[in-house]
Amino acid sequence: MLQFTNICKRYPSGQEALANITFKMPTGSMAFLTGHSGAGKSTFLKLITVIEKSTRGQLIVNGVNVSRIARWRIPYLRRQIGVIFQDHQLLYDRTVFDNVALPLVIAGYRHREIGRRVRAALDKVSLLHKERAYPITLSGGEQQRVGIARAVVNKPALLLADEPTGNLDPELSREIMALFQAFNQVGVTVLVATHDIDLINTLPYPKLTLKNGCLAYNGFAEGRHYG
Amino acid sequence: MAEAQQQTGKPQLRTRIQAYGINHLHVFFSSLGRIWRAPFASLMTASVIGIALALPAGFYTLLQNLQQLSGGWDGAARISLYLHNNVSLSQAEKFAKQLNTTPQIEKVRVIDKDAALEEFKALSGFGDALDALDSNPLPMVIVVTPVVDTENPQRVENLVEELANRPEVELVQLDLQWVKRLYTIMNLVQRGLIVIAGMLALAVILVIGNTIRLDIQNRHSEIQVNKLIGATNAFIRRPFLYTGFWYGLFGGLTACVLVVTALSLLQGPAKRLAGLYDSGFRVVNLGFGNSILLIAIAILLGYLGSWLAVGRHLRDIEPG
Repeated sequence: MLQFTNICKRYPSGQEALANITFKMPTGSMAFLTGHSGAGKSTFLKLITVIEKSTRGQLIVNGVNVSRIARWRIPYLRRQIGVIFQDHQLLYDRTVFDNVALPLVIAGYRHREIGRRVRAALDKVSLLHKERAYPITLSGGEQQRVGIARAVVNKPALLLADEPTGNLDPELSREIMALFQAFNQVGVTVLVATHDIDLINTLPYPKLTLKNGCLAYNGFAEGRHYG
Repeated sequence: MAEAQQQTGKPQLRTRIQAYGINHLHVFFSSLGRIWRAPFASLMTASVIGIALALPAGFYTLLQNLQQLSGGWDGAARISLYLHNNVSLSQAEKFAKQLNTTPQIEKVRVIDKDAALEEFKALSGFGDALDALDSNPLPMVIVVTPVVDTENPQRVENLVEELANRPEVELVQLDLQWVKRLYTIMNLVQRGLIVIAGMLALAVILVIGNTIRLDIQNRHSEIQVNKLIGATNAFIRRPFLYTGFWYGLFGGLTACVLVVTALSLLQGPAKRLAGLYDSGFRVVNLGFGNSILLIAIAILLGYLGSWLAVGRHLRDIEPG
């Protein structure tokens, strides 16, 4: 699903965010991306969603060579990736339903199909009763679940989460992780960036650890088979 | 994974085309709704556009009226042909008949020497002095009324030249200098109007562009999120382009109302003035066709303005 080959990312300011990253994440697996803040986790995810482009190396996402992707194809690649943000990135002038429906509207689904899929996604995150609410009226954990529903509503092949439990208490964090595990079990490749070591040490998934832009530990290279 | 792949599949082409149409329709009305929810600001924008468009449209209509008016005066343009003294009355009448068949000439009237003398005596007040003369000093005159082509005043001059070359004619007098001047002035005004209209059109584009730019800034986070979850540039552009369309439409309608109202106010006094001059002149208003044209131009400018703003600013907003 993901294949990094000698990926380097240097910002115009001269700061080197990622250096020589090489690893392969199989389709259908789940993994954690860890590292202290500033280690390059965000840049790592931005390369996958083509928000940033690598300075050197080759990156293949779901069979597409992202390093040399044409500008107009980027939106279509992003539709195959569900992204969950620490700050949710919800639109506060729309209802929960409209927020979750957005990826389907963009992809061009029929009205009835949109309603069906949005309700199914909201049901999965146990927020079906809040579909008419505005995000601002929801708690942090609920807003994060809306974000998750929006990320999975289009049934993406790859799910990326950037510090999804950053602002949540341990109980809610475990619930969110359980959701990711559930998606992984139906075949979605899941990559979660987090610094919540206590939480991920309780879960049996490989870890990728970044240190000063280098891949200090590659859980996929340890000989064990995951996914 | 096979199951997941199957579920991931895009909607069918037909569905997507239908959804595309529905999306257009949805954005069409939701952008109107957005304008509607900020009535004061929208009204201001529409008024600025309306006034900017009403100025050239109003002047253009006035100019058309002026042309219509001067068209009426063209009938007064006359060419006097003073014939040589040795041309006899019958020769003159034959010549006049010949002229009458020329397509550029509408009417011909022959004034023989005696009639000319009578007229001169009556109008000049030199009657007694003329009685003292042995013979009639006045030449025979043919008064020619040319067909005046408002589009092409040069033709009248060509006719004059042609008539001057006739052997019977000694002197041609054309009292058309003022008509020529009027045409030149109107040409100048027309040219000036095009320049002013061009500048105001640019102003409209800038006003709409600026409004859309603010709109884009207000919806910065929405654009970012849309880009992140795979919206194409066309999808993101769409609401802004429709907003430009609506501003253009409302601006155009405002301009129409302003021009029609202003000209209606002129209609009464102009009619009274025309009555005093015994003229059938009426102020012609903007009219249906020109109103539609004005609104269409406004919409086009609105679309263009928003297109420029969107193209310029959307590129700057990248998620990150």
